[in-house]
Parts: sequence; structure tokens; C-alpha cells
Amino acid sequence: MKELKILAVLAVLVGITYYGIEPYAHHEMHPPVAPADFTYNGKQEVALYTKTMDEKLVAATENVAVQTAELAKATDAKAKEAITKKLEKAKSEVATLPETAKAEAQRRTDFWKTANHTAALEGNVTNGKVLVDANCIACHGIDAAGMPMAISNADAAASYGVVPPDLSSAATIYDAKYLAAFIASPVDAMHIQEKYSPESGKTFPMPSYNWMQPQEIADVVAYLKSLSVKKLEGKEAHKATFEAACGRCHSMQYAKFESTTPADALKTYMGTTPPDLSQYIKSRGEHYLHDFINDPQALLAGTAMPRVGLTEVAQHDVIAYMEEIGDPKKDERISLGIYTLAFTLVFAILGYLWKRKIWSEVH
Amino acid sequence: MAEFKQADSMYEWFDQRLGIDKFLKVMMTEYWIPKNINFLWAMGVLLTVMFTILLVSGLFLLMYYKPDINMAFDSVNYTIMQEVAYGWLFRHIHAVGASVVFLIIYIHMFTGIYYGSYKKGREMIWISGMLLFVLFSAEGFSGYMLPWGQMSYWAAYVITEIFGGIPLIGGDLVVWIRGNFYVSDSTLTRFFMLHVLLIPLAILGTIVLHFYALRFPHVNNLDGEFFDYDAEAKKYLDGKKVESKVVPFWPVFLSKDFFVLGFFLLFFFYLTFFHFNFAMDPVNFDKADGLKTPAHIYPEWYFLWSYEVLRGFFFEIAGISGKSLGLIAFAVAQAVFFLMPWLDRSPMVKPANQRPYFKYWFWFLMVDLIVLTIYGKLPPTGTNAWVGFASSITFLSLFIALPFITKAEGKKVGGK
Ligand code: HEC
Ligand code: HEC
Ligand code: HEM
Repeated sequence: MKELKILAVLAVLVGITYYGIEPYAHHEMHPPVAPADFTYNGKQEVALYTKTMDEKLVAATENVAVQTAELAKATDAKAKEAITKKLEKAKSEVATLPETAKAEAQRRTDFWKTANHTAALEGNVTNGKVLVDANCIACHGIDAAGMPMAISNADAAASYGVVPPDLSSAATIYDAKYLAAFIASPVDAMHIQEKYSPESGKTFPMPSYNWMQPQEIADVVAYLKSLSVKKLEGKEAHKATFEAACGRCHSMQYAKFESTTPADALKTYMGTTPPDLSQYIKSRGEHYLHDFINDPQALLAGTAMPRVGLTEVAQHDVIAYMEEIGDPKKDERISLGIYTLAFTLVFAILGYLWKRKIWSEVH
Repeated sequence: MAEFKQADSMYEWFDQRLGIDKFLKVMMTEYWIPKNINFLWAMGVLLTVMFTILLVSGLFLLMYYKPDINMAFDSVNYTIMQEVAYGWLFRHIHAVGASVVFLIIYIHMFTGIYYGSYKKGREMIWISGMLLFVLFSAEGFSGYMLPWGQMSYWAAYVITEIFGGIPLIGGDLVVWIRGNFYVSDSTLTRFFMLHVLLIPLAILGTIVLHFYALRFPHVNNLDGEFFDYDAEAKKYLDGKKVESKVVPFWPVFLSKDFFVLGFFLLFFFYLTFFHFNFAMDPVNFDKADGLKTPAHIYPEWYFLWSYEVLRGFFFEIAGISGKSLGLIAFAVAQAVFFLMPWLDRSPMVKPANQRPYFKYWFWFLMVDLIVLTIYGKLPPTGTNAWVGFASSITFLSLFIALPFITKAEGKKVGGK
């Protein structure tokens, strides 16, 4: 039928346009990245690092060519001197970069290897408790062991920049390998080496316990695992995980939750205010969050947000909570949607029958 | 005053005072529409329905919306979307409706162009229709600002900035439009006023004008045939319904529109409930932040083609900056469709595919507009920028060429 042909032409034109401005444009604007990886073996991080360093090397090599050309053009002695200096610097960068990059990549690989090894050790709970009492509770509260934070959130924020989280659920929400890595070197585990590079002059508020033997770290983890936390289910579990994992930095206004660290302290500590996450399930979508939380640097190079090292289950809880708060009408929307479509279909069919009846008289 | 006799029924009572009988005849049962039309002629009624849906859902939103930069975002995303019963439904209907109405407007417009429904007496239909297009664009733009998300803010910023390119008065004009030196609370409140009062009023008035403009020239038909409406109407009233070339607006024409409307609503509600991201951009669920420029700024999809005409000129030509050239091209793009009746110099009123030259022009234009729309969203870097430039030039060239093409066509067909 002619009208169906016209409809088909219309559908093709609209379809092409839609494809171009939605799936295709989004693909162009947000090139896909490696998907979330809960193995905590450092492979993806090292691959990303190597790629970034390779790009840096290309840029540095180009810079050498640019400076060389500049130097050839320059006539004034002073300018020549300045360019020569820049050229020297660029050249030395080109010379040293591959070595440093290789060494650092190796260091990171070894770091995660050790952490994996540590996590596989059998820990001693009693010894772990001794270590935690001696080392951790100076800063962290452990409610489940009857040891709340010794100082107020405001004071803690003033002392450490950010409120150290309560460790009661640490062994449930953080992956064991991550936890072992984190205790040995928080900055490496969180994948924020850039921010805390030697040149930055910054030190991370929590010390690296790299002086501990792997067995001792395993003991600490074993102790944290032994803490009996009340088992929560469904929405309650989602909320608790979010607050434990993200609550020191992020607020959730639509759930009337404020970050434990005061906003102005956070700004100083992070260099930027962590956003309120009430609507992030909508603005970023589940897929992005899934990859982002697992390793923020992979999607937002140089971001201040650290990797928090959640297990896949805990991360799922966090995203579920963000959806419960950010899109609470989802179920209602879907069920009402189905009814509405069914009703409209009936309307459309009746419309068709009525039209057939009326037009039979004039055709 | 005329004598009024005692009315026997409520109907008669009103009929005496309001002339209902006569009114219904003129507007409905004896308002004649050609029989030889297809579903594309239902777009006008779809637009009327969409406008009504937008108006009603808008009223519900207006009960809870707060036009204040500190409250707007949460009043929409929390109060309306989460607290108010079915507030989310009205928001979805309104936002998706605003997008879909443009899809239908474009179909309606290009149907008009395809069948040549803008000339030989139908000029005022066309002009009033284009006025509606401009008003709807202003309505869409002002409405998009209201939730005060990142895209609201930055699209408003970029689009108002465009006016800064106008010589001499540009800078002052931008400040005048924004009510401040930057996009701010005063910008929001004035666009709120425009969105909920002034523009809807103007649209209502213009719809009336559009409908009125249809009365004398009548709606076009599939073959562009001109015939004697009175004679055909008489045939119909005499019972020769099959032979007559016309049908009454009610119930015959509208029965078909209801059928088309039913399937259209199926499509519309599917989008409303299940596939709304294209109309409610995720980026806009981030609160507006004047210090944080999003990585990619783009207007709503229906502005993309003209946005791309603006962006297409990204380098200096003959001493005129790319920015000025883009602005000129943009201004031309906004106005040029108004001139269709005069740019088309061919006397033919026929579907484009039956016109020897115009058909190429029409399909060329369609392809170009789709390319412009897609590249209007893509980041304007590398080859994308050049595709944008080429398609902008093509767009302008098409309209420069139109009078010549159609003149030649007129010669070829010899005034038919
Ligand atoms: C000097 C204070 C201090 C001490 C001592 C300390 N921490 Fe921390 N810890 C912090 C701070 C501050 C943070 C939050 C850092 C941030 O988010 O940037 C933190 C974060 C953590 C986290 C959360 C990691 C994540 O991925 O979110 C864990 C787990 C943790 N500490 C365990 C420990 C353990 C186990 C010990 C003892 C072996 C310990 N901490 C000792 C200050 C301390
Ligand atoms: C130590 C503080 C800290 C913790 C803990 C933290 N974040 Fe963040 N987060 C930040 C900061 C700072 C930013 C802003 C980053 C930027 O703008 O580059 C951020 C940004 C984000 C963003 C926005 C990313 C974007 O695309 O703009 C999301 C989503 C997010 N965090 C989710 C989470 C979730 C979920 C958790 C808990 C599992 C969490 N964050 C834990 C500090 C933190
Ligand atoms: C909300 C906006 C609009 C409404 C409610 C509307 C409504 C209508 C209606 C009810 C008709 C008669 C039925 C039909 O042919 O579809 C019509 C016809 C027409 N409209 Fe619109 N319209 C709108 C916008 C436009 C625009 C933007 C244009 C293009 C510039 C336009 C151009 C025309 C033309 C040319 C006709 C005559 C069609 C023919 O003769 O075949 N209209 N309109």
C-alpha cells in the first residue's frame, strides 16, 4: 500500500537521524573504556599507565622536534639560550621516560602481586586485634568492636582532612586483596599516585603499613573479617554500604544524608567538592557508575576521586542505593507504562475500526 | 433585539443564544476536506493534540515548579519527580512531548514542501505555520532552561552568546536578553515568564490564525488538484458521497485522524515511559554550575541543524571572521523557510516526485538537513568540522539555487 511505503520512508529518515544523534554521537563523545574489573591484580591499571606514558613520550618527542625547529629559526642570543634550555629538558625527558615508566610499571605489578599473595595467607585473629588496636584505632572507630571514634567528625576532618571511615564493615565491603594492598600502601591501592607524587609534596593522611610483614597484614584483615556486623538485607544493606564506602565524601541530599566530613574541609582535602550523588544514577547511568567506581582514573583521568576497592556485591549495593534514591518511581513507571500502552492499543484499534466504517461510505 | 421564543430543550436554549447548529456546520460537518489525502495530512491534528497535552501537563508542573536558581533544580527533580503523586508522569509527558512535537512539526513542514502546499493561495497558511515553528522553537528553548541543570545553563549560555556577534549592539543585546552580564537568576525568571505566559498566548493566537488561513484556500491534496469546492460539497450533501471529491471534517476526516492519532500515541507513550533519554538529556540531571563547563555542549536535537549552520563556518573568509559568517548563515537559515512560496518560482503544485527538477532539490535538502543534524551533535573537530562546513554551504546553496531551478522547471513544464 502506498501509505505504508510513505511510512517506511519516514521511518528510515527518522531512524537514521536518531541513530546519528543518539547511539552514534554518544559513542563518539564517550569512547568505550575497559570494563570494571574486580580481579585486583593490577593488570588494567598497569596497562592504562603504560598507555598514558607512551602518549607522554610521543608528546615529548614532538616537543623536541618543535624546539629544534624554533632554535633553528631564533636569531637573538637570549631567545636561543631560553630555547636551548627547553630543548635540553625535553631531550632528557625523552631519554628518561621509557626507563622510569618501565620501572614504575614493574613496581605496580609487583605491588599487586604481593597484595594477592598476602590476601591468600591464613590470618591470625588474635594477633590482628593487637595490631589494629595499636595502629588503627588512633584514627578509625570500630563500632562493631565497641570502639567508636574517639573524636568528633569535625575534629577528625580538621586533623586528617577527611573523616576516617568506621572499619566495622571494612572486610565485607572491600575486596580482601584490595584491603591487603590498601594497608600496605593506600595511595597505590587507591590509584592516586599522581596526586601524591613526590613532586606534589603531599602526604596521604593514613600511613603506609609497608613495614608490616605480609603475615601481619593478613592478621589485620582476618581480625576485621572476624568482627560480627549485623547482617542487613535489601534496601537497608544498600544504604549501609553506600554510607560506609562513600559517606565520608559524598552527600545524598534526596535521602537527607550529609557527608560525615564537612563540605569546606572536603574542598580543601580533595581540591574540589565531591558532588551530591542524589541524581547521579540519572546523569551518569548504571553502566558508567559500574566502571567508574571500580577505577575512577580509567574514565576521568586525573580525578580526585579515589578508587575505593569494593567487592562486586558491595558495588552493586551502592548502585542499587543510588537508584532507590535517584529514581524511586522506576517500578511505578514501568507498570503504569505497560497499562498505558495496552489501553492506547485498544484506542488505536477502535480508531481503526471506526475509520473503516466511516470511510466505507465514501469510497 | 431579536424575539426569543420559549426553548423546548437545553440544546435549543443554547442554540438560540450561541447558534450552535450553524457553528457546528461551519466548523465541523460542512467544513470540507479533500478526500484524496494520506496520513501525512493528520499531522496538523496530531499537533493540535500535542499542544493540548503540553498545555495540560505544563499546568500541573507549574503548580510545583519554583523559578529560582537555588530551588528550580530540586523543585523539578525532587518535588515533582519524587514527592508529588504522578508528578514524574507529567514531567515525562511534558519533556518527551516537547521533543516529539518537533518531530511532527518537521514532518508537517516537509509534507507541505513536498506537496507544494505553500503556494498559489496557500501563502498565509505557510507563513502562519512558520510563525508557529518560530514560536515553538522559542517555547522549547525557554522551557529547556527551567530545570536549571548543566545543559539548561550551558545551552542558554551558548545560545544567548550568539547574539553577541551582531555588530554594534551585540554586547548590549546579550546583557539585555540575560538581564545580567551572565546567565543568572534574572535570566531564569524572564524565560520562565516567556515559557508559561507570553509564548503560549502567542501560540494560541497563531494557531487560530493558521486554522483561519486554511479556510479559503482549503487544504491541498495528493495531486495538487484545484477544484470547485461548492460543487463537490453539493454532490456530497446530495448523497453522492463516493463520487464527491470532498469529505466533511467531522466525522469523516477526523475518523482517520483518530486512527492515526491512536498509533501515534502508542509511539509517544512508549517513548514517555520507556525511552526518554533522548528528550531528557542525562547531563541535565547535574545541577547547573557556571564554573564547570561540560565536555560537550549541544542544544536539543531539533535545533541541531541550525546550530550546525552556525558552527559550520569556523574560519575566516575574505576578511570576515568565522563567527560573523556563522551568525549570518544562522540568521539566513532561520528566515529562509518563510520565503518558500516566493523562492519556488515554478507554477506546479504537485508532489515533489512528479516535478522534474524540484524532486532532486527536495531530497537533497532532506539529506543535507539530516547530515547537519547529526554533525550538529558531534564534537566539531577534525573532519567533523569540514563536514559541517560543507553541509552548511550546501544548505545555503540549495536556497540560492531554488529560484533558478524552479524557474527552469516552470519553463520545461510550460506553466502547468
Ligand atoms: C593517621 C590516621 C589513620 C590511621 C592510623 C589509619 N587510618 Fe585508615 N584511613 C585514614 C583516613 C584519613 C582515611 C580516608 C582517606 C581518604 O578517603 O582519602 C582512611 C581510610 C581507610 C580505609 C578505607 C579505604 C577505602 O578504600 O575507602 C580503610 C579500610 C582503612 N583506612 C583501614 C585502616 C587500617 C586497617 C588501619 C590500621 C592498620 C588504618 N586504616 C590506620 C586514617 C588513618
Ligand atoms: C575520598 C573521597 C571520596 C570517596 C570516598 C568517594 N568519592 Fe566519589 N568523588 C570524590 C570527588 C572529590 C569527586 C569529584 C571528582 C572530580 O570532579 O574530578 C567524586 C566524584 C564522584 C562521581 C562523579 C563522577 C563524574 O563523572 O563526574 C561519582 C559518580 C562518585 N564520585 C561516586 C562515588 C561513589 C559511589 C563512592 C562510594 C563507593 C564514592 N564516590 C566515594 C570523592 C570521593
Ligand atoms: C503547533 C503547531 C501547528 C499546528 C497545531 C498546526 C495545525 C494544522 C492543521 C490542523 C492543519 C490542517 C490539516 C493538515 O493538513 O495537517 C494544518 C495545515 C497546514 N500547516 Fe500547520 N500546524 C502547525 C504548525 C505548522 C508549521 C510549523 C508549518 C510550516 C511552516 C505549517 C504549515 C502548514 C501547511 C502548509 C498546511 C496546509 C497543508 C495542506 O494544505 O496540505 N503548520 N496545520
